[in-house]
Amino acid sequence: MSRRDFLLRKFLLSLVTIFVVIVINFMLFRVLPGDPVRSVIGRNVRISAETQQALREQFGLDKPIFPDQFIDTIGQWAQGNLGISWSLRRPVSEVLMSKLGNTVLLIGLGQVLAIFLGVTLGLLAGWKRKTAIDVGALTFSLVAWAIPTFWLGIIFLAAGSAWFGLPTAGIMSPENTGKPLMTILPDLARHLFLPTLTLTILYLGEYMLIMRSSILEVLSEDYILTAKAKGMSDWQVLWRHALRNAMLPIVTLIALNLGFTVSGAIYIETVFSYDGLGKLFQTALVKQDYPLLQGAFLLLAVSVIIANMAADILYAVLDPRVKES
Amino acid sequence: MTVQPLLSVRHLTTEFQLAGKQIARALEDVSFDVMPGKTIGLVGESGCGKTTTLMSIMRLLPASGRITSGNVYFNGIDLLTLSEHEMRAHRWKEMSIIFQGAMNALNPVMKIGDQIREAILLHNLMPRNAAEQRVGELLELVGIPRLRRDLYPHQYSGGMRQRAMIAMALACSPDLLFADEPTTALDVMIQAQVLELLKEIQKKLGLAIVLVTHDLGVVAEMCDDVVVMYGGKVAEYGSAELVYNQPQHPYTQRLLEAFPDLSRSIDSSTDLATIPGTPPRLNALPPGCRFSPRCHKSMEICTQIAPDLIAQNTAGNAQHLAACHLLNKLEIKNS
Amino acid sequence: MNENWALFKRNLFEFWKAFRRNKLGLLGGFLVLTAILAATFAPLLTPYAPTEVIRDVNGRGLTFAPPSVHAPLGTDDAGRDIWSQLIYGARVSLAVGFLAGFIAMFIGSLFGILAGYFGGRIDNLLMRVTDVLLVIPDLPLMLVLVATLRQMDLHVSPLVVLVFVIGLLYWTSTARLIRSQVLTIKERQYVARSRAIGAGHVHIIRKHILPQIMPLIVANTVLIISTAILIESGLAFLGLGDPTQPSWGAMLNFAFDRSAVTNGAWWFYLPPGFAIVWVTLGCVLLGNVLEDMLNPRLTAHHLESNQNMIAIQKREGE
Ligand SMILES: Nc1ncnc2c1ncn2[C@@H]1O[C@H](COP(=O)(O)OP(=O)(O)OP(=O)(O)O)[C@@H](O)[C@H]1O
Ligand code: SF4
Ligand SMILES: [Mg+2]
Repeated sequence: MSRRDFLLRKFLLSLVTIFVVIVINFMLFRVLPGDPVRSVIGRNVRISAETQQALREQFGLDKPIFPDQFIDTIGQWAQGNLGISWSLRRPVSEVLMSKLGNTVLLIGLGQVLAIFLGVTLGLLAGWKRKTAIDVGALTFSLVAWAIPTFWLGIIFLAAGSAWFGLPTAGIMSPENTGKPLMTILPDLARHLFLPTLTLTILYLGEYMLIMRSSILEVLSEDYILTAKAKGMSDWQVLWRHALRNAMLPIVTLIALNLGFTVSGAIYIETVFSYDGLGKLFQTALVKQDYPLLQGAFLLLAVSVIIANMAADILYAVLDPRVKES
Repeated sequence: MTVQPLLSVRHLTTEFQLAGKQIARALEDVSFDVMPGKTIGLVGESGCGKTTTLMSIMRLLPASGRITSGNVYFNGIDLLTLSEHEMRAHRWKEMSIIFQGAMNALNPVMKIGDQIREAILLHNLMPRNAAEQRVGELLELVGIPRLRRDLYPHQYSGGMRQRAMIAMALACSPDLLFADEPTTALDVMIQAQVLELLKEIQKKLGLAIVLVTHDLGVVAEMCDDVVVMYGGKVAEYGSAELVYNQPQHPYTQRLLEAFPDLSRSIDSSTDLATIPGTPPRLNALPPGCRFSPRCHKSMEICTQIAPDLIAQNTAGNAQHLAACHLLNKLEIKNS
Repeated sequence: MNENWALFKRNLFEFWKAFRRNKLGLLGGFLVLTAILAATFAPLLTPYAPTEVIRDVNGRGLTFAPPSVHAPLGTDDAGRDIWSQLIYGARVSLAVGFLAGFIAMFIGSLFGILAGYFGGRIDNLLMRVTDVLLVIPDLPLMLVLVATLRQMDLHVSPLVVLVFVIGLLYWTSTARLIRSQVLTIKERQYVARSRAIGAGHVHIIRKHILPQIMPLIVANTVLIISTAILIESGLAFLGLGDPTQPSWGAMLNFAFDRSAVTNGAWWFYLPPGFAIVWVTLGCVLLGNVLEDMLNPRLTAHHLESNQNMIAIQKREGE
C-alpha cells in the first residue's frame, strides 16, 4: 500500500467515524422525551404556545426528522452552534471553549510525563527481561490497571490534603484569579500536583506495558542479532536499531489511548473539582443538561478522532514501509 | 613453511539450559580448522548444531547458551578468553556472518547504505566520506547499483537483500565469513546467483568462508574441506574430495547415497531428510554412538561406547577423520 | 462429537496441570473465587441488612462511626454498616460485570467466528465497525448513552441499562482476537479436508473451530469481565448506578458526595476501592496467565545479558 493510499484510508475512516458520532448524537437528541424545542431555548423558560410554534418553525422542528432536520442540525453544529445549556443558560459552545484550556493543560502535563517515564521504564523492563526492574514494572502496571482512576484520585486527595496541606479543589486559589500568571505559578502548581500525579500514574502503567511488549518484539528480530554481530554494544544496538522500531507502534497506540485519556480526565476532574471539560461533563450528567452533554461529547469525540488521524500521519512519516512502493 | 590455520576450533562443547533445569548438549567436542582463503562446509541434518557452532565462535549465544569447554583460536588468540569488550572489536572486523534466513536481518527503518556504512564507522576504519565511497564500491561489488543505497530493505527483492547482506558482511574486509544457509529462503535461480557471487568474491578478496548448508551439491561445488556433523558431534571431517570419494562414516555414506548425482547443477536442491528415522533429541541422547539407532551397520559396542574421531589413512598431507567403531576394528585388523 | 470432546477434556486436564504450577494464576483465581463466594453467601456474612441504620442506646443513628465491634468497617453518613454494604455490593458489581462480560463475549465470539470463517463482506464489515468503535472515546459515549436511556421511560433498572451498554460496546477486541485465531485454524488441514468431503459450515464450526478457540474465549472473557467491573464502578461513581442497590462504585459515589474525604472517614471510601481492586486484579492475573499459557510469547531476546556464556571449568591438573 502506498503512503497516499494509507493516508487516504485513514482519512476516510476518520470521516466515517465523525459521521457515526454525529448520527449517534443526533439520534440521542431526538429520542429524548419531551419537546425538542425545549432543548433549543432552555427548559425553564415560560413561553406562549404561539411563540413555541414560531420557534418550531424557525428551527425547522416541524419538518421531517430525516433528511431536513438532520442536515439542518449538522449545519448548525458545523457552525459551532451547539444549542443553549439548560443549566447555565449560555451557548454550549461558549461554555465548552471556556473550559477547554484547563483540560488540555491537565491532560497534556499528565500525558507528557507518563509517555516519557512509561517509554523509558518500559524500554528498561523489556531490555532487562525477567530481572527485578521488569517484575517491578509489570507488577506496577497490573496494579495501576486494576485500580479505578477515581478511587486513586480520592486517596491522593485525602492523603495530600491531610498530610501535605495541598488544596482539594479548583485550579487556583480564589484570591488569585485575574492576577498575572507569573505570580500565581506556585499556587497553580500546588493545585495541579495531585491531579497530574494521579493521571501520570495511571497512564504510566499502560505506556510501560505497551513499550515493554513492543521492545520485546523488536529484540526478537534478526536485525538486532545482526547489529550485535557487527560489534555493537548493547547500548548502541538499543539506541540505533531497537528504539526507533519499537517506537513506531507506540505512536499509534498513544493515539488510540487518547480515548482512555479523556475518561481519565472526566474522573479526575470530578474528584479534584478541577474546572475543565471533564468536570463540566459530569455536571451536565448530574443536572441532566442534555445540550451541554451532547456538545461536550461531540467535542471530545471529534478531538480524539482528529488526534488519531494526526498520529496516523506521523506514523506514515516515521515508517519508511508506508511509502510508495 | 606450513600455513597456520586462521580459525582453529578445539573440543568446543556448548549446552543449552532448557525449561525445568534440563540441559541439552548441543555441541560436544567439536574440532576443526579453517585455513586462510579456503572454504569449509558444515553439513548435517537440521538440529545437528551447525548454527550453534557459528554462534559459539562469534560468542552470540542466547542467554540460555553456555560454552562449557574448548578453545576457539583465531589467528592464535583464544577468543573464549577475551572480555566481551575485546570480543566486540573482533566481530565484523575480522569475522562477519550472514545469518540463516537472513530475509529479516536488515533493519526495516534504516537505509541499506546507512546500515553498511554503520559497520565501517563503528570500527573506525575510515572517515565518513571515505566510508560513503566504500559503501558504493561494496554495493557494486555485489551487483547492486550505487544509487540504491538510499532504499529501504522492503524496497529490495529477496535476492537483492541477500546481496546487500553480503556487501555488509564484507564492509570491514574480514578474513573470515560465516554464511549460515545463505540461500535457503531464496528461489532456485537466485540461489545459484548468490552462491556464484560468494565464489567470485572469495576469489577476488581471498577471504575464508565457513559455509553451512543442507545441500551436498553446494558443498561439492564450493568447499575445500567438509565437516559432517551429527547430533552435536563431528562424524567425519576432511578434505571435500576425500569425504566425497571415500566416505568412511556410515552417516556420510547414507547422506551421499541419498544424493546420487554430484555432478548435477546446484540449482536442483535435494534435502538430507531421506535417511529413515530422526536425529536424537539432545536431552535424551542414546548411549554410545549417537547415530546407532539409525545406523544400518550398528554393532553391540555402538550402543555402549561412543567412538572417537580418528585419523584415516590418507596419502600426502590431506587429512581425513571419522568417528565410527567400524573404522576402529579395521585398524586393529590391519595392524 | 465424542472424539472432540474427549480431546477437549484432555486438553482441559493438561491445562489444569500446567495452571496449578502458576502462582500468579492461582492467586488470581483465589481473589475471584472469594469475591464470588462472598456475593453468594452475603446474608451469612453480614451482621446487618445493607440498609439498616445502626443506632446507639439513645436511638440515634451511629453516623460516620469508625470501625468498632458493632460495625467492623464503621458506618456511613446515615449510620449504615459499611461491611454489610460492601458484601451486598459485591452482588451488584459482580452481577453487572459478569453479565456485561458475557454479552460482550458472546457478541465478540459470534462476530469473530463469522468474520474469520466466512471472510469476505462480513469480515470487512466487522473490521470497519471495530475500527470506528475503537476511536470513539468510550466513557463519554457510554455516559451519553446511559444518560439518555435512563431518561427514556424504559421501566428497567438502571443496572440493566449498564449491563447492556457495557456489553454492547466492549465486544470489539474479543471479535478481533477470535477472528485472527479462527483464520489460522481455518488454514489447518483437517478443516480443509472436512470441507472437501462436504461437511457443513455449522458442523465444521462446532466440531473443529469451537473446541479449539474455547480456551481463548474463556481467557478473554475473564479479562473482559474485569474491564466491565471497572467501567461499572466508574459509571456508578459518576452517579449512573442504582441508588437502591449500591454497587462498590455507587458506594464510592455516596462517600464522595457525603464528604467522607473531608470528614476523614477513611473506612467509608477505602473498602469499596479495595474490593474493586481485589476482583479486577484477580481477573487480570487469571486472564493474563491463561492467555500466556495459550499463546506462549516469543522467547528470543537478542540483548538478554549472558554473562556466563563462557562457563569453562578449569580441569584438574591444569
Ligand atoms: N536457544 C536454544 N535453546 C535450547 N536449545 C537450542 C537453542 N538453540 C538451539 N538449540 C538446540 O540445539 C541444537 C542445535 O541447533 P542448531 O540451530 O545449531 O541446529 P542447526 O544444525 O543449525 O539446524 P538447522 O539446519 O535447522 O539450522 C538443536 O537441537 C536445537 O534444538
Ligand atoms: S559407531 Fe556403530 S552405530 Fe555409530 S556409525 Fe559406526 S557403525 Fe554405526
Ligand atoms: Mg541452523
